[in-house]
Amino acid sequence: MTSLDPVIGRQIAWNRLIAVVEEQAQTLMRIAFSPTVREAGDLSAGVFDTEGRMLAQAVTGTPGHVNAMAAAVGHVLRRFPLSAMRPGEAFVTNDPWLGTGHLNDFTVVTPIFRAGTPLGLAASTSHMADVGGLGFGTDAQDVHEEGLFVPIMPLTRAGVFDETLLALIRANVRFPTEVEGDLRALAACNEVCAARVAALADELGMADLEDLAGFILEASERGMRAAIRELPEGRYSHSMTIDGMDAPLTLRATLVIVDSEIEIDFTGTSPKVGRGINVPMIYTEAMASFGVRAVVGGRIPNNAGSLKPVKVRAPEGCVLNAAYPAPVSARHVVGQMIPDVILGCLAQAAPERVPAEGASALWILAMSGGEAGERGDHRPFAVNCFHNGGTGARPGKDGLSATAFPSGVRSGSVEVTEAGAPLVFWRKAFRPGSGGEGRYRGGLGQTLEVGHLGGQAFIVSCLFDRVDHAANGRFGGGPGAVGSVSLGSGARLNAKGRQTVPAGETVVFETPGGGGLGDPTERDVELAARDVAAGLSAIPHA
Amino acid sequence: MIRIASDIGGTFTDVVLDLGGVLHTAKVLTTPGAPEQGLLQGVDQVLRLADVAPGAVDQMIHGTTLATNALIERKGAHTVQIVTAGFRDVLEMAHENRFDQYDLSMDRAPPLVERALRWEAPERIAADGRVLREFDEVVAADLIGRLISERVESVAISFLHAYANPVHERRLADLIRAAAPEIFITLSSEVSAEIREYERFATACANAYVQPLMSRYLAALSAELTARGVACPLFLVTSGGDLTDLATAMAYPVRLVESGPAGGAVLAAQIARVHGLDEVLAFDMGGTTAKLCLIDQGKPQMTRSFEVGRMHENMKGSGFPVRIPAIDLVEIGSGGGSIARVDPLGRLLVGPRSAGAVPGPACYGRGGQSPTVTDADLLLGRIDPGTFSGGVGLDLAAARDAMGRDVATPLGLSETMGAFAVVEIVDENMASAARVHAIESGRALSRRTLIAFGGAAPLHAASLAAKLGVPHVLIPAHAGVGSAVGFLAAGLAFEQARSLFMDLENLDAARVNGVLADMAAAARTLLGGEGHDFAETRAAYMRYRGQGHEITVPAPSCELGADATQILRQAFDARYAQLFGATIPGLPVEVLTWTVRVERRDVASADRTPIRQDVIDVAPRSLEVFDAAAGAPIPYAALSRSALAPGDRHAGPCLLIEDQTTTVVPSGFDLEVLSDGALWLSRQVPGDDKLPS
Repeated sequence: MTSLDPVIGRQIAWNRLIAVVEEQAQTLMRIAFSPTVREAGDLSAGVFDTEGRMLAQAVTGTPGHVNAMAAAVGHVLRRFPLSAMRPGEAFVTNDPWLGTGHLNDFTVVTPIFRAGTPLGLAASTSHMADVGGLGFGTDAQDVHEEGLFVPIMPLTRAGVFDETLLALIRANVRFPTEVEGDLRALAACNEVCAARVAALADELGMADLEDLAGFILEASERGMRAAIRELPEGRYSHSMTIDGMDAPLTLRATLVIVDSEIEIDFTGTSPKVGRGINVPMIYTEAMASFGVRAVVGGRIPNNAGSLKPVKVRAPEGCVLNAAYPAPVSARHVVGQMIPDVILGCLAQAAPERVPAEGASALWILAMSGGEAGERGDHRPFAVNCFHNGGTGARPGKDGLSATAFPSGVRSGSVEVTEAGAPLVFWRKAFRPGSGGEGRYRGGLGQTLEVGHLGGQAFIVSCLFDRVDHAANGRFGGGPGAVGSVSLGSGARLNAKGRQTVPAGETVVFETPGGGGLGDPTERDVELAARDVAAGLSAIPHA
Repeated sequence: MIRIASDIGGTFTDVVLDLGGVLHTAKVLTTPGAPEQGLLQGVDQVLRLADVAPGAVDQMIHGTTLATNALIERKGAHTVQIVTAGFRDVLEMAHENRFDQYDLSMDRAPPLVERALRWEAPERIAADGRVLREFDEVVAADLIGRLISERVESVAISFLHAYANPVHERRLADLIRAAAPEIFITLSSEVSAEIREYERFATACANAYVQPLMSRYLAALSAELTARGVACPLFLVTSGGDLTDLATAMAYPVRLVESGPAGGAVLAAQIARVHGLDEVLAFDMGGTTAKLCLIDQGKPQMTRSFEVGRMHENMKGSGFPVRIPAIDLVEIGSGGGSIARVDPLGRLLVGPRSAGAVPGPACYGRGGQSPTVTDADLLLGRIDPGTFSGGVGLDLAAARDAMGRDVATPLGLSETMGAFAVVEIVDENMASAARVHAIESGRALSRRTLIAFGGAAPLHAASLAAKLGVPHVLIPAHAGVGSAVGFLAAGLAFEQARSLFMDLENLDAARVNGVLADMAAAARTLLGGEGHDFAETRAAYMRYRGQGHEITVPAPSCELGADATQILRQAFDARYAQLFGATIPGLPVEVLTWTVRVERRDVASADRTPIRQDVIDVAPRSLEVFDAAAGAPIPYAALSRSALAPGDRHAGPCLLIEDQTTTVVPSGFDLEVLSDGALWLSRQVPGDDKLPS
């Protein structure tokens, strides 16, 4: 189709690139082993030009990878220039500061060649089931205790995997087969992307992607700038206190809108801590960008152009810019709070668009127990169940109850969990009255009660926020209810750390509610009556 | 054998009478208040047309969107869900996710049963089926009292792990039946005996929600048919493209959703068998959506999970799931009515919004202002305004204005090039959907034949084939007709699933054998019992331990023996390698669910393509049509399809015009007319002149 009009050719090519990265992501999601990749869509896939500029990225379940992967490809190119890359090569890293924020995330970058000439790069990231070390959690003192650290290095040469590297990785992780499978999956999905991009170039007679890249990036940047320009210029600050690990943390942002640019500065944020909830800068940038995009220009595709007008800074040494070798394994606990801080700033610029604060950080129910070698009810088990509190009330609407935000996680099935582990969930229900009051109320949290099938003691590893500090309401709306962890018999458990649920006992998780929006006295009578009828208001019926 | 098939759609009810291969058709307006009335009018018409007495009809086949519409429009019964205590919110929590990452104002589909109508019953079954908490008969009595006093029409009983042990669900059903026999009852363990509580509960609630309506409708229809002297059995078409009898349809009305689209795939599968095409991609493109379906060895690919009532422009996750056997159709918002626009970034977007029939494309002159795919096809010369839809005039100027304003001017293109950009993007979207679907299914596209039908498909099939690298396109006779003809190709079958979670290493073959034998026996009974010829297929839904999704693995349809683990592991490895390229040796495998499908072979429909006369007759002439390869309008020979005879060959470019649609044969394609009147388009590749049988 060489006679194709260049205007139409660019339209087709942009459309196709977006389809190609979706195909790449689907391929990865289908063949991945790590549960968070499959269930939560904790992965990322994208295509880049020869300068390392991201042209398209799949819309996946996690905002934590927005622009994080984009930056990662630049780091790979600085270490291994494209001019020195050969067909059949792929490069890998899990460097938290160059990749996507913790060792569990591996990024693979594959050059795309056509007739021996590089066209661009394919990249993908996914969350591995294990990286050795102390594992996914907060116990490590530094990143080296958190697991195996793989600097940027070749994964394949001439299409053949580096067996030395694979052997090293296998020997250092608890689930070697799965991790190797996931690494191969990353390389395979990049191959799909590379083949499709090369075919596209053939079909449209493109010698390279540069003309197309210019078109995509300019249009996207222009679109993003136009969207920002709709907001009033100004300097907006917001501060939020969260529970943190051993002491409360302050997350503070100043967001400056000048013409068509947004600059975000996290000066005033608490210093880094000695536990693995620190956030590398690259993840802070991703979450801050997502916070902006949730309100401004959300329909503009992610690429180097649309990401450009938003700039993020955080002073080095603060919890949102913790440098190597800080422990960062559970960076999501603090990182997922970042969008709420950004929304707090934007609420001053565009009050009609911004929701109240929500539960935000995922509640990952990590439960384990049993004895090695045992079968039946006493068999060993370890499960991670993803559950959520309520989101903040939205302009014109109540918040979403028991729903993930900012994460795009899908929670699993109680029946499937119980089929795999000797646990019994006795309750999974909305928490009436847990949404913050307001003209629009916050989304409700939920109550989950879990016991052991055989009545044995078991371990619960807690990493929950918004237990001491509630999600705040906005514009007169009240705070959401705080979360809690306790035993069925009533005793409170700590919201952080490993604890034992005694034999015969159950553990009760109450996830936080979202904040309310607007004056509660202005709440629509019908909406209020509907909550009462459904048994969802503060004083439940029956 | 005389058979009548009917399809009640949103606007029209189609009725087809098959008299030894000759089809007589009627199209009447759907009568929403009492849908059987429109249908009966159509039946009367075809009986008259064919000069057949009602008593001479051997089989009535019926598909309807009534169940789907009731679910989408929320016009079902006053329904209560009775659920395991502590889990009344499962239906509303769904997967706790947002289906649109960047839309803060999104809402999930509201549950079919609101919270005040979701009642809790104390009881608890464990994953292995043991009773952890006895069913509370005292509370049950109280709940039944409330069902009666609140005049509840239908109840969905949905208890945790009821697929493993339905004892409590059955006990409650017995108690309700005894106290209030007029209340419709759905058991989650019967309608969808599969693990995953949200999907099973949602399926049970959907069934309960439409059951009173569907039962009344089917009973009324059956009575009216009998009163007319039509004494033959009435069969219903399911979402799996199978036929089911009246009693089963009344018990499981949720299985009737989306039978219309299934009819198209069933028709394509029959055509594939007739022509000996082993690998097919069925492509059905109508006014608002396009549907794609992979058909291997004459069988449409099946799925057990699909979504009903998607809101938000057909976005994945915006509806609610039903777990029933269904034909695996990918539906995308690309149809003749799909609206083209240029977004603020300067991107040309086509669909998923559709102008529908009203106001319709700009060229219909019914008030539609937005340029659509049909407008683009018209501007490119692919639709001849003089012969479109039996001579209804099309407004070329209106199409040009709309295309100019909304597409061409913003992009800096001529109207014609703007129109070409629109069809390129819509074809791209369909090609992308096909590629992702093939990846998900672990199937290749490159050797497939595209079977194209539906009003807009023959206009776009050649371009889609070129984009997918597919060598051949088959366009059946009467490519524009609805699903009713497809229903004639459906067979009588019943499929059931049952979850039985086991490690493959410790497979309890005796238990599996027992459960599967019971399922097979139940299916045979539903299909008429002893004295018939049955074919049985079994499948296991398996995965590596730790994975979140199962794959469908063919299982032996005989009893499993001592080597069951080995046989299933081999089958799993083979299927896994086919899907994902490689297996992972050493990783344990688990089985979650089994399915048993039983087909009645003695009523399998004849594999032949019925013939119908075309009505359009135009003199051959030359039209200027935009050609993708030439990048400009060039002369196309325009022929009346009805003037073609089997064996005729033409080289592209040409247009074949018929009543409901036009087939575009671009330059670079050759055309041959097959013995049954189907069109066979081949991309010109040297040395390839394969013709189907």
